[in-house]
Amino acid sequence: MIIRDKVIKYGNNVDTDVIIPARYLNTTDEAELASHCFEDLDPDFSKKLKDRKIIVAGDNFGCGSSREHAPISIKASGVKLIIAKTFARIFFRNAINIGLPVIPDAIAASNINDGDELEVDLDSGFIKNITSKKQFKINPVPEFIQGIISSGGYINYTKTKLKTNK
Amino acid sequence: MAANNTPQTMAQKILAYHCGRDYVNTGELINASLDLVLGNDITMPLAIEEFKKIGVGRVFDDKKIAIVPDHFTPNKDIKSAQQCKFVRNFAKNQDIKNYFEIGQMGIEHALLPEKGLVLPGDLVIGADSHTCTYGALGAASTGVGSTDVAVAMATGSAWFMVPESIKFEYSGSLKPWVTGKDLILYTIGLIGVDGALYMSMEFTGTVIKNLSMDSRFTMCNMAIEAGGKFGIMEVDSKTEEFVKPRASRPFKIFRSDNGANYYKHYEIDCSKIELQVAKPHLPSNAANAKDLSNISIDQAVIGSCTNGRIEDLRIAAEIFAGRKVDNTVRAIIIPATQNIYLEALEKGYIKTFVESGCVVSTPTCGPCLGGHMGILAEGERAVSTTNRNFVGRMGHPKSEVYLSGPAVAAASAIMGRIAVPEEVL
Ligand code: SF4
Repeated sequence: MIIRDKVIKYGNNVDTDVIIPARYLNTTDEAELASHCFEDLDPDFSKKLKDRKIIVAGDNFGCGSSREHAPISIKASGVKLIIAKTFARIFFRNAINIGLPVIPDAIAASNINDGDELEVDLDSGFIKNITSKKQFKINPVPEFIQGIISSGGYINYTKTKLKTNK
Repeated sequence: MAANNTPQTMAQKILAYHCGRDYVNTGELINASLDLVLGNDITMPLAIEEFKKIGVGRVFDDKKIAIVPDHFTPNKDIKSAQQCKFVRNFAKNQDIKNYFEIGQMGIEHALLPEKGLVLPGDLVIGADSHTCTYGALGAASTGVGSTDVAVAMATGSAWFMVPESIKFEYSGSLKPWVTGKDLILYTIGLIGVDGALYMSMEFTGTVIKNLSMDSRFTMCNMAIEAGGKFGIMEVDSKTEEFVKPRASRPFKIFRSDNGANYYKHYEIDCSKIELQVAKPHLPSNAANAKDLSNISIDQAVIGSCTNGRIEDLRIAAEIFAGRKVDNTVRAIIIPATQNIYLEALEKGYIKTFVESGCVVSTPTCGPCLGGHMGILAEGERAVSTTNRNFVGRMGHPKSEVYLSGPAVAAASAIMGRIAVPEEVL
């Protein structure tokens, strides 16, 4: 899969409370969750989304609460990919489980600026920064996790597995 | 391949046991069977929707799932009521044995150990990040998302990466009023909010041995605030004393081997640890409470899965006894479970709180996550015994939360500013 889009950049320790505040957790409606995504961190997020669909961030992205509403709200807003120096583990897991591509890569993340245009090839593992003309090779994804992503998420993966085990 | 007699940490051993092996390597991806799967009123609705997509019909074991509606309950609005109804119906249809309705419920991480549902050696996942609390019982337990819980409800298993471990060894003697909360805030201040990312934090040392179970739960509860996967402690006589009268099934004790490999080893001399406060907006912004006496407050909250247990209420009651909450402060006390509430009532703590001008709430997460029962307005500031002080955590994005233990929260409520007990006693 190749993703080509522009970047919205955030800093370190973006927590799930600012991604989707608890006051909106009384619903599981994806569109409604998306409408409040990042509203406490960046009130202009929805404006930026018009021509930018990749998030790049610093360390520990998605720390805090386990709410899956966080990656869901990001995915439902139309974001195609998150690259961060590091991810908090529950967020990382949740993103994979719902099929939202996430790339932990400290070098790439520090060499991408707000507004840069990227071309990312998830299969061959390449990030091309079209704006700065820099290129980065990404670490290969473990086979098991690749399996989840290529099935379109953990639910589909499990469904297929349960069927073949029968 | 490492041989079976390679020394392992207790985290490795518990994971190995649950995938039917003697040894697992750190960094390895495994699929392991679970002893308990937990969800609440926020995470369960999503998990149930996902569970239904898998198409298995029934949950893998109706005794190994716990559902605790604690976040927005008693329901704060119509949408929350709808969500709770959805969860309640699922619990009924699936005949879930450990569904806890209002009146029996408490905050999940205080409730499950109290009910004997988590035991030493267990492997537990919960769709709530503070599921790591049960490490105080010598269990490996960790927070996951709703999809993981959906799959676990269907299959009884989950995927794990075997974590490396960091050893934290606490020695020395504690200063007056210092509890597990101060130790963990100090520790997170030392290593940062991602200092234990993906790792198991193993808390040991003479101080831990002498620590109450309540304080041990408090410490393991906040492992996630340093990015940890597990916060874990070895089982000792205190653990067994806590567990034995509650357990209704056998349990297994795992200990870290001598010579087990640790990513890092911290030795912490507790004799110099003062009462701690974590300033906004990260739990790692630890400071000495006595250095923050210029910070005025509008609200004090004593409760949550971190510090809503009987030890916390006892400490608060000792400080509130015969004193009044400052007239600029709203003081909110939330016993974490019905049992704790009852014990506080019998011991006279509740009377003390009410006479001091505190409000006492039924068990709920409430203000901890900015849900209800004490939301902050723009520009307001709270001292709270909860575990997170992120932007907007307790209400308005321009409000502030200072995290502390019960002693500082109670003293601050009386003084109207951040204070230590010595200032009011
Ligand atoms: S008390 Fe707070 S931290 Fe604990 S489970 Fe409830 S919302 Fe989460």
